[in-house]
Amino acid sequence: MVQEQAAILRPETLIEEFKKNGVTHVVTIPDSETNYLYELMKEQPWLEIVPASREGETFAISLGLLVGGKKPVCLIQNTGMMESGDSIRGMALDSGFPLVMVVGYRGWNRHGVITDSVARYTEPFLNALRINYYLVESNEDGARISEAFNEAQNTKRPVAILVGDEYHGFNRV
Amino acid sequence: MFNAADMFQKFQEQRGNAIVIPTGTSGRHWREFSKNESRDMNLGGAMGQTTSTCLGLALGLPDEKVVLFDSEGALLMNLGILATIAGKKPKNFFHFLMDNECYATTGGQPVPNSAEINYAGMAKEAGYASAHHFDNLEDFANSIESIMKETGPVFVSMKMVPEVENAPIGMRQRVPQRSRGETITALQKELNIKNA
Repeated sequence: MVQEQAAILRPETLIEEFKKNGVTHVVTIPDSETNYLYELMKEQPWLEIVPASREGETFAISLGLLVGGKKPVCLIQNTGMMESGDSIRGMALDSGFPLVMVVGYRGWNRHGVITDSVARYTEPFLNALRINYYLVESNEDGARISEAFNEAQNTKRPVAILVGDEYHGFNRV
Repeated sequence: MFNAADMFQKFQEQRGNAIVIPTGTSGRHWREFSKNESRDMNLGGAMGQTTSTCLGLALGLPDEKVVLFDSEGALLMNLGILATIAGKKPKNFFHFLMDNECYATTGGQPVPNSAEINYAGMAKEAGYASAHHFDNLEDFANSIESIMKETGPVFVSMKMVPEVENAPIGMRQRVPQRSRGETITALQKELNIKNA
């Protein structure tokens, strides 16, 4: 039980990393895996949530915020990331701005058989666009989030954080 | 319907210091009238997503008026953005729609339900602070001054005369225009914006 608790990726960890890296806006479509994270984000006075209607919007809205001097992140699910292909290409990859995208890795698991096709195609999709990514599954992976921000800043390219949903506590009551 | 060039001429008189983002074939006329190029932006880059980028710009620069001249074909690709904009209620966002009822850049094929669709009605019901519709220049000219004094998000749909291009892409006359990156750099320099 103790081991299980230690393994959980706490939503507070993500919020702390956002704050540490100067994030001003989270442009997002909530998914079934991130409700607690959403509630926690709403409580942060330094953070503005921009709810979108479709994932492709999140990259375009983020570009506008970047032009205005803000520091957004996109928070979406891997299904929506695939829908966003043209927007990722035109608004993120081609823009020359750094952008961190936090992507819920629906269907991924470390110990069982992956049966959800979206999990099978998530990493090939990112590889096709030559977007680097960091897998974050537990609190111990928290430093990878800052690593992703640093890489985006240094390369002026989008970088993805894949949140493995096998352990995280984003949906706790 | 009325001509985009005539519309832009009337709009310029009320532009003030607003940041202006023209799009589409009709939008090309803006450069004939603009008197503040450093605040004119090219924010295209992905199908139907310029509207979203302009929302982000309006949220990022709440003290600046942001004026988008959108086109109906692009808006139809991402209609949900009307709800996204209405939800954030940017007071500084002015969303003009140049509706020529067709895809002018691909030969003039009609957009779905082109003659009957009511974009201003959709924006109003989505939750914009106000929505207007014009099908003639005189009414537009008489209203634009007061519209630009409204609190956003404001939606203005306009029936525009289509300027259809049917020549193969390689045979079309190239009109020089500033790239997206050039316009972003110019605006950030003017507003002294430095990305963290």
